[in-house]
Amino acid sequence: MTAPLLEVSGLRVRLPSRTGAMLPAVDGVDLTVHAGEVLGVAGESGSGKTMTALATLGLLPHGARTDGSIRLAGRELLTLSDKQLRSVRGREVAMVAQDPRTALHPMLSIERQLTEHLRHHHGVGRKAARDEAADLLDQVRIPDPRAALARYPHEFSGGMRQRIAIASALAARPSLLIADEPTTALDVTVQAGILRLLDRLRRERGLAVLIITHDLGVLSSIADRLVVMYAGRVVESGTTADVLASARHPYTHGLLDALPEGGSAAMRPIPGSPPALGAVPSGCPFHPRCASARDTCAADVPALLQIAPGRLSACPVDPYAPVREVVS
Amino acid sequence: MSFLLTQAVPGDPVTANLGQRASEDPDAVAAFRAANGLDKSLPEQYLTYVGNLLTGDFGTSQQTRNPVASDLAEKVPATMELALAAILVAVVLGVGFGIVAALYRDRWPDQVLRVLSLSGVSVPTFWLALIAYYWISFKLDLLPAGGRLSPGAPTPPQVTGFYTVDSLLAGDWATFGDAVSRLVLPALVLASFTVGVLLRFTRAAVLEVLGDEYVRAARAKGLPELTVVRRHVLRPALLSVVTVTGVAFAGLLSGTVLVEQIFGWRGLGAYAYTSALALDLPAIMGVSVVVAVIYILINLVVDLLYGVIDPRLRLS
Ligand SMILES: Nc1ncnc2c1ncn2[C@@H]1O[C@H](COP(=O)(O)OP(=O)(O)O)[C@@H](O)[C@H]1O
Ligand SMILES: [Mg+2]
Repeated sequence: MTAPLLEVSGLRVRLPSRTGAMLPAVDGVDLTVHAGEVLGVAGESGSGKTMTALATLGLLPHGARTDGSIRLAGRELLTLSDKQLRSVRGREVAMVAQDPRTALHPMLSIERQLTEHLRHHHGVGRKAARDEAADLLDQVRIPDPRAALARYPHEFSGGMRQRIAIASALAARPSLLIADEPTTALDVTVQAGILRLLDRLRRERGLAVLIITHDLGVLSSIADRLVVMYAGRVVESGTTADVLASARHPYTHGLLDALPEGGSAAMRPIPGSPPALGAVPSGCPFHPRCASARDTCAADVPALLQIAPGRLSACPVDPYAPVREVVS
Repeated sequence: MSFLLTQAVPGDPVTANLGQRASEDPDAVAAFRAANGLDKSLPEQYLTYVGNLLTGDFGTSQQTRNPVASDLAEKVPATMELALAAILVAVVLGVGFGIVAALYRDRWPDQVLRVLSLSGVSVPTFWLALIAYYWISFKLDLLPAGGRLSPGAPTPPQVTGFYTVDSLLAGDWATFGDAVSRLVLPALVLASFTVGVLLRFTRAAVLEVLGDEYVRAARAKGLPELTVVRRHVLRPALLSVVTVTGVAFAGLLSGTVLVEQIFGWRGLGAYAYTSALALDLPAIMGVSVVVAVIYILINLVVDLLYGVIDPRLRLS
């Protein structure tokens, strides 16, 4: 296998609390994305997905501390200067934020928002940039792209705005697109359209996509591999097919059971709620909510271990293992 | 509305305008009332007043004995010159410092500016005016004050009624310098409160926009920080600042009453003050009408600026 495009290892992000204590929002995350691959990151809200994404762009909230390593095409990002980081942002790694109502600037024309970074990073002239932007709008299926360039975000529907936001992210020709909850605020048909669009871009441009969501269902059709996060840690990972068909970590099971359709049970949410920052339980962070928990679960943080080729899980109890050893 | 209010004042224009002896003389009182139309019933007075107003006739000031319209034509430009200079100073300093304070949040420039804005809003204008007058122009002799031009200096040929502009139009640099140097101090004093208000408000508005998703999106594009602030942050922040500036300008106009008194600025504020003391009803009414028109114009300008700044508010 070729070297990954993005390689995150041992990433820790600590955020300052109101009292000044540094609380871990991301606590030792490893993940990789290859060119042309779609990696899905799932987990309830508050599990550290957005912080992982923001760390990659160097856009963490004020006062955040980062440890570990984030390599893009072999180059360490965490030690870059502000100036060097700015030449990575938009040009190599682009990000589409969650909400189409807020991701685009309400007072700047679509043309301005689609061309400003292209012109800045690649020194493209106004006219050439406009042509390229119109072409992008066409690719994301915005009707009459030329006219759309002169318009403002409020003149488009939510789904169209989200497609424009994706076009804007792609404008400076990045090799990695981070999409943070790109479909959360959208209805199901629009959502499907966005996912098809991302899939096509990956095939046509060899774009690597890191797609973040709290909804495992969104990922099933598009992601090649899945990473499931809980309380700032990865608890399970593997190919999408494997993880969905035979989830091994009780948390992943919980997420699947909570889905409205599919899975074995119908819509059974995980009891309780994820821990707040700084209030992560000892041992396995999931144990207070876990039906399979034992006394030992509260003792040590379980390691993320290989359970099959390409499959990792952080549950030593492993209640969903396909063949159970009978202990006598 | 102002017409009724002026009638409700518990004072009698007769006693306020005629001397002690005259007000005890029934003939003189009747003559004064008849001359000023005060012998008619209230509704009659009102209709006459509105009718005259429509033809540009504000009546005659009982105090200056000039037509109120010509008094106003002389006073309004004086006050507008002062008020516009003050709002210009307030916007440049208040908005400029507000942006700096937000960008340097909680660091020393922000802390220094916080003190400035706090003193701006909490130091009473009359006190500041007296202190400035006494120290800066009287004791230290840094800037002249008192009147719009040096005593005895000829006024520039009237075009706009703004001495600074008119002297420039006439190419008269000496008068221009004189007019500007006498404008600086009262304008600064008049602006002080508004600087404080705008500074606070701009800081809050910029901080709010800095936390918005689309600013993070602009940063994620790798644009230089200056571009992010100039293009993505300032515009939405200014939208709310414009509203406050409109309100502040209206407030600043009422501040002219005091500042004009202290700096011997013969404008609308001083005129309103003396007319009110004398219960000079036509003059008070004239001032009210002018102020109402100015308020309407301010709102109009604010609405127009909204459209310029925000495409969502533009009429298609
Ligand atoms: N600006 C911030 N300051 C402090 N804590 C934050 C901030 N943003 C998010 N957090 C906290 O960090 C943790 C991880 O958040 P996040 O990465 O946004 O989760 P997710 O994207 O998975 O929903 C959460 O507990 C959240 O409350
Ligand atoms: Mg998130």
